[in-house]
This record gives sequence, structure tokens and C-alpha cells, in this order.
Amino acid sequence: MRVRITFTKQNALRYIGHLDLHQLWERTIRRADLPLAYSQGFHPQPKISLAAALPLGFSSRGEVLDMRLKENMSVEDISKRLSDNLPVDVKIINIEEVEENLPALQTQVLSASYNVQLTEPVERSELMRRVESLMMSESIIRERRGKQYDLRPLIEMLSVITEANGNVWLKMTLAAREGATGRPEEVLLTLDIEPETTLVERTRLIFIT
Amino acid sequence: MFIYAGKVAIRCYFYIRYNKKMLSPQQIESKLNRILLRVQKPGRYVGGELNSVVKNWDDVKTKVAFVFPDIYDIGVSNVGLKVLYDQINQREDALAERAYSPWFDMEALMRQHEIPLYALESKRPLACFDLIGFSLPYETLYTNTLNVLDLSGIPIHSADRDDSHPIIIAGGHAATNPEPMYKFIDAFVIGEGEEVIHEIVNVIQRVKGQRSKVNGDLRPETCDRNEILHELAKIDGVYVPKFYVTNYLEDGTVAYTEPTIPEARKLVNKRIVAKLPPPPTKFLVPNIDVVHNRVSVEIMRGCTRGCRFCQAGMITRPVRERSVEEVVEAADAAIRSSGFEELALLSLSSSDYTYVKDLVDAISKKFEGRKLTVSLPSLRIESVSIDLMEKLKQRRSGGFTLAPEAASEKMRRIINKYIPDEDIINTTREIYARGWTTVKLYFMIGHPSETLEDVQAIADLCKRVIAEGRKVAGWKVKLNAGVSTFVPKPQTPFQWVSSDTRESVLEKQALLKRELYKDRSIKLSLTEPEDAILEAWLSRGDRRMADVVYTAWKNGSRFDAWKEGRKYDTWMQAFAEHGLDHAFYTHRQRRTDEVFPWEHIGTALRKNFLFQDFRMSLEGQIRVDCRLNCFACGILPTFANLRRENPGKGWMCPDVKSPATKVKSETVNSNQLPVVGD
Repeated sequence: MRVRITFTKQNALRYIGHLDLHQLWERTIRRADLPLAYSQGFHPQPKISLAAALPLGFSSRGEVLDMRLKENMSVEDISKRLSDNLPVDVKIINIEEVEENLPALQTQVLSASYNVQLTEPVERSELMRRVESLMMSESIIRERRGKQYDLRPLIEMLSVITEANGNVWLKMTLAAREGATGRPEEVLLTLDIEPETTLVERTRLIFIT
Repeated sequence: MFIYAGKVAIRCYFYIRYNKKMLSPQQIESKLNRILLRVQKPGRYVGGELNSVVKNWDDVKTKVAFVFPDIYDIGVSNVGLKVLYDQINQREDALAERAYSPWFDMEALMRQHEIPLYALESKRPLACFDLIGFSLPYETLYTNTLNVLDLSGIPIHSADRDDSHPIIIAGGHAATNPEPMYKFIDAFVIGEGEEVIHEIVNVIQRVKGQRSKVNGDLRPETCDRNEILHELAKIDGVYVPKFYVTNYLEDGTVAYTEPTIPEARKLVNKRIVAKLPPPPTKFLVPNIDVVHNRVSVEIMRGCTRGCRFCQAGMITRPVRERSVEEVVEAADAAIRSSGFEELALLSLSSSDYTYVKDLVDAISKKFEGRKLTVSLPSLRIESVSIDLMEKLKQRRSGGFTLAPEAASEKMRRIINKYIPDEDIINTTREIYARGWTTVKLYFMIGHPSETLEDVQAIADLCKRVIAEGRKVAGWKVKLNAGVSTFVPKPQTPFQWVSSDTRESVLEKQALLKRELYKDRSIKLSLTEPEDAILEAWLSRGDRRMADVVYTAWKNGSRFDAWKEGRKYDTWMQAFAEHGLDHAFYTHRQRRTDEVFPWEHIGTALRKNFLFQDFRMSLEGQIRVDCRLNCFACGILPTFANLRRENPGKGWMCPDVKSPATKVKSETVNSNQLPVVGD
């Protein structure tokens, strides 16, 4: 059976990378004693796939993975067994059985939403002005790893949120397709915000429906 | 007394509150968030591992931090500290947390941002703990130990610490000669720590408990450091260096080391446990990739083979075995609770474990179809070992490792590891024939009586192994030859010998390269000669070495076992600055009547036993496995009571009626052999 899990990744686990997260799930499934399916061949690989890599340092409340089990089980049972065996900084939000023949999860991601906490005080009106000017631009040419690209079409939404207590933070949705992925730190640099002074959380992955 | 104690307490109170600015866990975490993305592998510095124990700080009396002073990637899987971590966390009145040495990048940022070294569980500075325990399995961690103290804001020298500072203890194999670290460590644990760690915690609780009664609730966490150290000195197996004095002879060797207070023992004998306690089953599961991602179960402690170069084999006697049932149950529980993909069954010599066949059968049956890799290191060079490995592995991936150590008849007799060429050839041929494509062979060079002919024998043997392998398995066969350099260690029969010189080691390595680099099926790995020399002076250093260690650290030495940290020049300068010559410690044959700097530290081996064994090595005489024949090393009389109180099959020493039995040995024509040390 194919099972889709939506989960959080927080605190200490913000600092582990994509491969380490994969390993973490593999071990959790083994501790939970679930009948995980493996690929054929000389080096059998566990059938676990993560939807989209989360950059190091970001927390998330909406990561998604698919895993395949050799036998059918009740979703409740799977959920309980996994929850009992996960490290404290990962929590399951949703778990469901999905059709076996759906396309691979990674190919179905369209975009991703992020919340950005600012740990250093900013002038709200100045920030608003910069966001507005960024959103008005036709293109924002940036360079990453020696290659030029246009950041603007990758930004689907960007807004400044002001809470009742005066706390200001950013919300954004960026493209997350294969070969067209917007990075929150690139947006922050364009806004003249040092990414080191922020805490970024991925809130949601948006899939082709 | 009351007034004095009160004054000290008040001084500490002000010191801590107003001078030291101890950061809170929240402050540390927010500082970390700023820097962690700028270092390699930030997952090293955040904790949060499954099976780590996070207790409520205020609910327990005594807080212990265990430090493995190397990087997380190596330290986190250390079994010794795991055992102690469990021992303390099983107590309701104490907690244990962990810390490791930050890598260079992290150290620089921590210093720049004024972040003290903290424990991974609570993120509290190490300076907040009552007790800090360092694991010192090898000597190249000495400078890192100083660095950890410095990063924690704790005075490096024991003498500079006051009642507000934690008690600093250390143990591990390097503590069999604690003297080079005597200025920095308050108390050393000699031998096995499982029981003694509780006695140490109890002493701290008792002394601090008295103080809080005297002073009401003013500063219950301050202590009378001196009183604690006096109490610790009374514990069997604990060495408190400040209560000893060393005097030297004109020639620079030690005249004697003796206690300065009546409580301190003249000879601090190591502690052992009569029976191995149940192995840990809740392994920490790191969230990042580390060196050993595995469950390790110790199947046996100690070794009866008596290889003369091997410190572990000498100092961990007697041999004590766990039952097959206990090992299998622990392995199963640990694999279930960790989800690890690898199981290592640890001992110094797996083939000597009495029930090794039963164990392998039981393990392979238990874990069949569970996609688990099982490793069983240190197997004897014989075909039975191949049968064992075949049962444990579905795939013949990885290499098959064997350790002949020497390749000439003469050297094999000198080191007391006698494996004839034919056994090596027959076994490796069989390994290739049964489907392994790679064999790994470990050798050692650098014994002073070794000649280029003996080194040539290593090259010749490697070529023969490959040639024979090709006959049975074709051109795909490979051989990895790891050749390390011998370092004479204290408390072994070779504690008298000189280390090989850099020039001689380079010449021997050049010969191996010349001989073996031509064959593309043979991969030769060598160690840097400077590394062995550095380890050599640290291993057999005396108290004067402490200043050298301090100066080397001060001038930037750390991670001495890493190529990124290697700073041979810094050490040379440090020797010069203190008017010492490193050759005195490394390249000097010791007098037969020499008093060693570690003479007051006992591993239960009689000096006479070691000396006799040393003499036998000069004559090329072999000593057989001491399960078959007791050579009166000293273990049985030292621990006679312990053994009597714990009867049963756990100990592998043969029953001995009279104190000495006759020594069984083979002799070769001694005029074929050069004399060690010339």
C-alpha cells in the first residue's frame, strides 16, 4: 500500500539535511516495525520519497512523504506506531492511503509557502515600500552559483503581516517546480534583510491537483 | 569552620552572579541560531537525538556532563561513555548530559560570539555542572581536553579552580599514564568506570549536602573542592594527582612518586567489575551521518593473547565474557529501539569468545531477513573465521579484515603474535575463493629491532596473497594493506623500548611504496611518521610534559590526530620553551631499573611479569594464550577476593593453585635475533 504523510520538522531537526531526514524516516519505520517495501536489485533501497528538499536551517509544518508497505494495514495503526517512534521534533499532521499508480510525489510539487520571522527590528513602512517595489518589478536578475536567473517570476505571493501587538513578519509563496525553485533567502536579500537574522518556516507545499 | 565555610560560599555567590555571566539555555540557543548555518554539519551541535535523556534540571541533586573531546561524529557512538551516561541517568538523584569538541569552524564562531561550550541536552554551559567526566581513550585528545575547559570558561589548571567550578575527572585507556595531564584533571579514574562513577557522585552529594545544611539555602551548589578531592582520593581506583609528589634523578628519570597525605594510596590500582553489567540497549540515534551508525554490543572484555605491543590486551584483563543469550537479547532490544542498520559485536579478539559459533548462529537466526549488517571484528586468521563471516553476511560486500601485524618469523616472535605465512595464505586464498574480492591486512612497522628485511617481508607477503588470490578468483581480487607505526605504550612489555625514528620510519615506508605501488590491485595506506612520534611522547610522558601540553595548546595545537590539526612545529617549540627534549620521551631505551612516571598507577600487572615478557621478546620466545596456561601476570592475586565473591564461568583465567606455575614457551635460536634497542 502507498501511504502519504504530512509532518512537521522543528527545533534541533531544522539543522539536518535532506538525506539525513530520509535516513531518519527509514529508521523510524524500522523501529515501528512496519513492513516497508524495498526496491529490487543488488542494493535494495527503501521505498520512501520526500516531496521537496527543505533547506538546512528552515523549520516546517508541512513536509510530505510517500512510503510503500508490503502489506496493507489500517492507517490508524500506522499512524500510532510511527508517532510512538518518531524523535520529538517530528510530528505527524496527516496520514492517508493514496492510490498506488499516482505519479511520483516530487514531480507534483508546484510551489511552497513560507513564514519569515524577523529577529531584528525593522521599520514597517520601509519594509512595505521595499516589498511593493519588488512586486512591481518586471524582473529581478540575480546570480546564484555563477548563473544568472530571474527571481521575479518565481515569486507568486509576498506580503508583510502586522500582528495586533505590532510584531511584523513576512509571508511568501515561491515556485517549487523542478528547475524553477524560488529560495526565500534570495527574496530576503533582495529586500535588504540579512537571512541570518531571520527564522524561516515552510508552512505548506502546494501540489498539482 | 562554620565562619570559614560561610565566607567561601558568599564569595562564590558573588563570583557566579556578577562576574561570570552564565548564559541561560535560551540565550545560548538564540546565539546558536545566528551561527549554526555558517558551520559544516550544524547537526553536530543541536542534540535532539532519539534516546537522549533530558531530565528536569531542578529535580535532581547532581548534574554530570560527559565529554568526548573529539568531534561529535566520532564521540557520539563511543560505547564507554554510553555505559556511564546510562549508569547516571538511571539514578533518580542525578542527570547526565553530553558534550563534544567543536570543530575549528564552530570553535571560531563560539569564541567570536562568546558562546560557552554547552551540554547538548539542556543547552546549559558546562560550567553549571557539578562534575565533568572526560573520556580519554587516546593521548592525542589531550589538547582538545584543555580546549574544552577553556571554551567552557573553566580554569585550565586544577590549582586555579575554586569552589564554584565543577570537579573535573577523566578516565579511559590513556589514564593508565595520567601524568602528562596531572595539572588539568582533578581526579582520574583508573580502570573500569561502571561502579566507581556512582561512588564519585555519592561523595559529591555527601559533601555538598553537608554544606547546604551548614549554610541553609544560601548556595547549596557550591562545594568545598578540597574536601571533595580528599574524599575522592579514598575511593579505590581514583587518583587525585595533587596529593602526590614526583622527584627526579640527575638523568631526568623519575626517582619516585609518593603520596603527600595519608588518605592517598601509594599505588592506585585499577577498578574492574567482577561481572560485566547488562549492556546498554537504548542507543543514541544521531540525526546526522556519523562514523559508526550502529548498535555495539560488547561480547567480552579483556584478551588472553598477550600480544606485546597491545596496551588494550594488557590493561583490560581479566577476560570476562557475556552469555550468548545476554548478547542476543541486548542486540535485539537495541536494534528495535534504535532502528540502526548495523550491529557490531565488540571484543578485542572475537575468535577467542568461547561460544563464538553459537553466538553467530543465534544472531543470524534472530535477524534473518531484517536487512541488518553484522560486524564481528578481530577474527583469527583461520578458515573457521570465514565460516563465521559467511553466516553473518548475505552479501560479500566490504572487505574481509585480518591483522597479521608482522610478516617475518623474527618479528612475529618479538611481538608475540605468531601466525605462519601458510596460515595467512591459505586463509586469504579461501576468502577470495568464497567470493570476497577485497582482503584488508593490517601490519605494523617501527619496532626498534626491525630491519628493512622484515619490512620487505610485508611487501612479499602482500604480493603472495594477491598472486594466490588470482589463482582462485582471477584478476578482480584486491588487497588493502594498512601499515601503521608502532607506538610503545605504558603498562605493556614494550614500555622499555625506544620509538623508531622519523628517518627510519620514512625509509621503511619508502620501501613499501616502492614495492607495492606498482601493483594496482594492492592499495597501501600509511600513517604520518610525525603522528606516531607525537603519540609516543604523550604516552610515556612524565609530569613535566604537562607544561608542554599546555604550551602546545596555547599556541594552537588541537585535534592532534587530524591532518587539519597536525602542528608538529608547535610541539617542538613547546618542548624548547620548557627546556625539554622530546627524544628523551620518544627515542630512549629505558634502563631496566628505571622508575616509570606511571609506577604509582596499577593495572594489576606485576612489573616483573612485564619485564620477563620483554626479555622473552628479545629472545624470540612466544607465550601462548593464557587461558591455557597462567603466566602469573598479577590479575589473580590482585582480584582474588573479587573472584571468590563472584564464582561462575564469567572469568577466563585458568584455575591456579600455587601462586606461580611454570612458564611454557618455545624458543628459537637466539643468535638469529638482534637485541632490541641495540
